[in-house]
Amino acid sequence: MALLSVKDLTIHFHTRNGLVRAVDGVSFDVHAGETYAIIGESGSGKSVACYSLLGLVPMPPGRVEAGTAMFAGKDLLRLSNSEMRKVRGKGISIIFQDPMTSLNPFLKVGEQLIEPLLLHFDMKREEAWEKATATLEEVGINNAAQRMNAWPFEFSGGMRQRVMIAMALITEPEIIIADEPTTALDVTVQAQILKLLKDLQVRRNIGVIFISHDLSVVADIADNIAVMQNGKLVEQGSRDAIFTAASHPYTKKLLAAVPVGEKQPAPAQDEPPIVSVDNLCVFFGESGTDSEVKAVNNVSLQIERGEILGLVGESGSGKSTLGRSILRLVNPTSGSIRFKDHDVTHMNARQLKPLRRQMQMIFQDPYASLNPRMTVYDTLSEPLLLHGICNRKNLDAEVFRLMDSVGLARESVLRYPHEFSGGQRQRIAIGRAIATKPQFIIADEPVSALDVTIQAQILDLLLELVDRFDLTMLFVSHDLGVVRYLSDRILVMRSGELVEAGTANEIFTAPKQDYTRALLDAIPGKSLLAARAADSGS
Amino acid sequence: MWRFIAFRTLQAIPVILTVITVTFFLVRVAPGGPFSSEKAVSPQVEAALERQYRLDLPMYQQYFTYLADLAQGDMGPSFNFPGQRVDELILQGLPITAELGLYAMLVAVVIGVLAGVIAALKPNSIQDYIPMSLAMVGICMPTFLLGPLLVLVFGIWFDWLPVSGWGSSPGDKILPSITLGAMYAAYIARLSRSGMLEVLSQDYMRTARAKGLPGHVVVIKHALRGGLLPVISYLGPAFAGLLSGSFVVETIFQIPGLGRFYVQAAFNRDYTMILGTTTFLATLIVLFNLLSDFLAAWLNPRLRYQFSKGK
Repeated sequence: MALLSVKDLTIHFHTRNGLVRAVDGVSFDVHAGETYAIIGESGSGKSVACYSLLGLVPMPPGRVEAGTAMFAGKDLLRLSNSEMRKVRGKGISIIFQDPMTSLNPFLKVGEQLIEPLLLHFDMKREEAWEKATATLEEVGINNAAQRMNAWPFEFSGGMRQRVMIAMALITEPEIIIADEPTTALDVTVQAQILKLLKDLQVRRNIGVIFISHDLSVVADIADNIAVMQNGKLVEQGSRDAIFTAASHPYTKKLLAAVPVGEKQPAPAQDEPPIVSVDNLCVFFGESGTDSEVKAVNNVSLQIERGEILGLVGESGSGKSTLGRSILRLVNPTSGSIRFKDHDVTHMNARQLKPLRRQMQMIFQDPYASLNPRMTVYDTLSEPLLLHGICNRKNLDAEVFRLMDSVGLARESVLRYPHEFSGGQRQRIAIGRAIATKPQFIIADEPVSALDVTIQAQILDLLLELVDRFDLTMLFVSHDLGVVRYLSDRILVMRSGELVEAGTANEIFTAPKQDYTRALLDAIPGKSLLAARAADSGS
Repeated sequence: MWRFIAFRTLQAIPVILTVITVTFFLVRVAPGGPFSSEKAVSPQVEAALERQYRLDLPMYQQYFTYLADLAQGDMGPSFNFPGQRVDELILQGLPITAELGLYAMLVAVVIGVLAGVIAALKPNSIQDYIPMSLAMVGICMPTFLLGPLLVLVFGIWFDWLPVSGWGSSPGDKILPSITLGAMYAAYIARLSRSGMLEVLSQDYMRTARAKGLPGHVVVIKHALRGGLLPVISYLGPAFAGLLSGSFVVETIFQIPGLGRFYVQAAFNRDYTMILGTTTFLATLIVLFNLLSDFLAAWLNPRLRYQFSKGK
């Protein structure tokens, strides 16, 4: 018998802008010892559906219109407040997406861990503390007894997610809902957390509902997969069935969006490199003290004209700092940076200005990097006027031309960033970057904030633009699959140093360094990728 | 942490010194002097007076003599109260003003925090609108209007409470404390509302509810500490403001506190008294700001952590 049986779940949001059918007639069962993955893009209703099981959907504006969710003989959708509190954290617990914000920064980790024990089991404090310490150990936190007394901010993202998992496990619930538990984490940490969740689930025979937007993440751990689109569950089946014999077009689209394969490396050029960096060091903090951070440590690299150079590393590896210092957005500590014939290492703002139009940047977060009070027109025309590329007369035509290049509809020229989706915003940001007809662009994680299908579109747009405008690009990312898909050459960075360089093919088939191998091993969904590669090969 | 405290305390010294210096020279360049009044004084008497109060010395000498005296806790003789020293007069008035400030603070914190938290629990409902409208009125209403109004209603119409004095009849401390605290209560209510709203919208509130914690535990244990941090940082400046701003209330209710010295001194060009009270209040303001910084640091583990690393 199923642990949880959801039938015909329908949740509507009654907002000022009308009715939103967030969840529309969704039915699924979760069994003990099963990992049930729900896949969908942001806004597909996957989180709302799961949060409603614990009454965590804000009501109003939300309202459960129909359906049942039977758990332990009771309908979760019709429990009183006090009955619901007995289910929360005891029968069903949740691991939230962002471990950085989901722990209370004002309470020690131990204090937060024992809370559900004191609440649901009437345990003594000492006893609860002991159990919490044991659970922390179980999720792989060293020195657990000591770490119980630490504050959340003293943990890294991956460690915090372990704390969240411990908090969810501690009451030995029958079901754990994991809402994108690894989306905010580095790929190697993600691999550890996924393995941990899977191990715990098997050992304790719990049912896990795993919510994700990324098919490759669940490829290794899910038993059954459901695909949601616009509030409806469009397809469900066993993992193998979904990956090999998906029938719904949307599922196929999701599968096709996972970047697979690699670019043919561009032929070698006789020209001198467009960017050349020698022994670059960027240090932060007081030199010679513990607080000194060697963000970039003695890095040398060359970027050839016309190539896409992928720069991979985990968070904190210094890859963004390296990119920014090439554009002189960060001042180097020592070493030299050459852009074409110019030594830009020590140029001042005035000397840099004519070069600025030739080198541009695309930032990670299209939500934060566009000025919310500027329309598309303002955003795109600003660099055109600043660098004297257009005068007032031909400005409109140039703005429209840019919008065409990045695939934005001309009608939306007077709209503000908040009126666009994440993918469209990134198109605006790309348009801004290519407005000055640059020769060199640094793209810093330009797709990591986007859904997987949108991600594929943006990557193809970048490839097309590089080809069409003869651009050279430094592509910074933590996602190896994306880098492989796009780059001619790949650099691997760790703790401020370059550890390996090579063509995409060399890096992926014959990595020389252990660290590169570890990164490659951590890529989720290898089984999926292998199957798909075989598919496209045949 | 100790290094941080020592460092911040040292930083306060130049601030106070600047206040003393500016005030010292400003009062002396202001037109008129302590002995210019309707009654003409003979030149000989004026010269004698000036010598007695050392006003005949060059200004820089007066300044350094004053600083040297101040370092020994001597604020000089009052011009307006012959035979009495400024430091003695301040110490006489201080306990009364401090007591008034303390009660007003109590009024402000209890009413303000309660109103703010209640409003934040159900934003944009009647439970939010009523306390927040009252807070708006409280901020807009000056003490010299609120005081007489309260006197009129509770002192004269209902005849429940005495309308003036301090400690001479039972209950005479209530109206002045409320009058002085009202504006601060209103401000604290708004601060705690926005602080609580901010914290209540954080992801970790959802985590707390997902554990099955009942609503009041979520609010008291998980939200209050973070939500009231802005209030804590405001307490220091507020208390200093209460002390230095109490003269209106002291005048309305005829309370023999510090305030009346302050006002009279300004009218009478009582140089030493102006300097003394200004220096004293400036020191208090700086001190309370420091204290609330330390308190906020102590309550916020992230800040505390930075301090303990000696940054």
